Amino acid sequence: MVNDLDSQWLERSALQRLRDVLHEQGYQVLGPTVRDGSIVLDEIHTVEDLPIGQRDTQSAGVYSLEPAGDERVFGVVNGPGSLKRLVFAPRESLVEVEIRGPGQAFTAKPTLPEPARIAVLGVRACDLAALAIQDRVFLNDRYPDPYYAVRRRGLFLVAVNCTRSVSTCFCTSMETGPEAREGFDLGLTELDGGFVVRAGSPAGEAILDHLALPEASAEAMLQERRDLASCAEEMQRRFDTSDLPALLYENLEHSRFEDVADRCLSCGNCTMSCPTCFCHDERDEPSLDGGTSVRVREWDSCFDRDHAQVHGMNHRPLIRDRYRQWLVHKFASWIDQFGTSGCVGCGRCITWCPVGIDPTQEIDAIRRTRR
Amino acid sequence: MTERVETVESAAYCLVPQQVEIVEKRSFAPDIHSYRLRFLDPAARRCFDFLPGQFNMVYVPGVGEVAISIASDPEEEDLEHIIRIVGRTTGVIGKLEKGDILGLRGPYGTPWPLQEARWKNVLVITGGLGSAPVIGAIDYMFRRRANYGRVSVLHGVKEAADLIHRDRFEDWRREPNAEVHLTCDQPDRGWRDHVGYVTTLLDEVELDPSHRVVFMCGPEPMVVSATRALRDRGISEDRVFISIERNMKCAVGFCGHCQYGPAFVCKDGPVVPYRRIAPFFGVKGL
Repeated sequence: MVNDLDSQWLERSALQRLRDVLHEQGYQVLGPTVRDGSIVLDEIHTVEDLPIGQRDTQSAGVYSLEPAGDERVFGVVNGPGSLKRLVFAPRESLVEVEIRGPGQAFTAKPTLPEPARIAVLGVRACDLAALAIQDRVFLNDRYPDPYYAVRRRGLFLVAVNCTRSVSTCFCTSMETGPEAREGFDLGLTELDGGFVVRAGSPAGEAILDHLALPEASAEAMLQERRDLASCAEEMQRRFDTSDLPALLYENLEHSRFEDVADRCLSCGNCTMSCPTCFCHDERDEPSLDGGTSVRVREWDSCFDRDHAQVHGMNHRPLIRDRYRQWLVHKFASWIDQFGTSGCVGCGRCITWCPVGIDPTQEIDAIRRTRR
Repeated sequence: MTERVETVESAAYCLVPQQVEIVEKRSFAPDIHSYRLRFLDPAARRCFDFLPGQFNMVYVPGVGEVAISIASDPEEEDLEHIIRIVGRTTGVIGKLEKGDILGLRGPYGTPWPLQEARWKNVLVITGGLGSAPVIGAIDYMFRRRANYGRVSVLHGVKEAADLIHRDRFEDWRREPNAEVHLTCDQPDRGWRDHVGYVTTLLDEVELDPSHRVVFMCGPEPMVVSATRALRDRGISEDRVFISIERNMKCAVGFCGHCQYGPAFVCKDGPVVPYRRIAPFFGVKGL
């Protein structure tokens, strides 16, 4: 796949040029930045804003950043956030309503977001796959979501292929990485001293035209192949998806759901850090004088106690019920709904679970003792 | 990214509630009212195309939205909704009277299979307020009487007071080639119809396994036992359609709350073939 595209060479010292060209083209440029011992997507003014020379250690319930002993710009694999918040806002207004009084005429207007051009540096293959899944949910289902559509249109994505993984990564099992295959505008692979770079879209080609880069050397491309292959080979975590969704559908009453419910805090961290989870609440937020109201949409979690509440009845009152809903949706019913697993193997739900619950292990446990 | 994204403004307006006026309100009980609603903008009614079984999000500005099935016929100008007062939003709706304005967006969801049911005998089994989502479908068939075979309505309530709109059941009883059976499992002295669970009514009707389409709506245990009882009488689960209820917020398949197994009740339902959700039906806590 990679060899089908023209490969060029971006010196490490020219990365700032890339950022500046994007900025000149009207993009706000975002990328990974260090905050509170972790990584968040934030505005990049200079290359120095990126987590240069850092790397992350991740395992179930554990995340830390430390010096890597090198000068790599994209040594950190990921943090808790993904592209999700850029297209599916954590909280946004849908409709503004002017109210005259109970039972009186009202006016209601949609509040579409202002179109914004945002370029993101350092997008990983798993997160591109997650964005493609979100596109299916919000754009290509029965009702396209206009709020998502406006934000999605303004994105310019600079992917970085992964040349290292952390212990929670399992993108090879979900067939989403470590190499970005589609859905990016520019794709980078970081090597010592610079990057192999390719355009993945006409918009990406236009940016490369501005940069006027030399072709990548045969040595650089060979090194790139080696680094990507070894990243895939060294990924420790393997997850068998061959019997999904049937395994979970046939084991809805498996005792493992009680077992995991004893450990699960029902905090919802897995759903908040998941790059594909789309559950949200919608509600009216009236002004104090009651003269106006805003229909607000805000991220919600299937771990919330009220998620399945209807009048006089909660369909999922137990943590067991809610964990099962999450696991079965993500790994089974998602396939029926959208023709793809809801999981991309980014591992965030494992890292950011305060008690280190690992869905790949939960599914393996169900498989070992399946009914 | 697809072409569909080009029409964001029109897509956004689909999610905005339209204004409707309450042109008639009838009360069946202190907490159960029927509202006939008319669009203030006649153009909004002209592009509002629905079939019985679909629902609307009824909106009280500043308070919230509730999903309510449509009980009226597509050919009528006004929309009828039967609403039980159970929470904050329906509490406000209960206080509104003729002439008051509500918001409404819709129609949403998958209707009863009224095309598939043409020329066939139709069996309707409902329990409690489960009759509300089917009323529109029954009226629809009687309005187009020649298109449908025998229509048998079996309806069960717990207590006699739970039987709303008895007049409608009596009207249906007078239709040609129709039968209506009512039952109550905790009857008072005045109850003159059958006594027992709704499944006991299956012995009262003549079942024809080759032609039946079954519409069902009610509490889960009722649907499970009625489906089993039908199977015992040679009527396959494949002919059974049920209307299910879940928490609905967005009504367009994004918010995730209404999931039931692989189904989004808001778009794949509320009416689903029983077979589609059979593996999940009766599993507690789904």
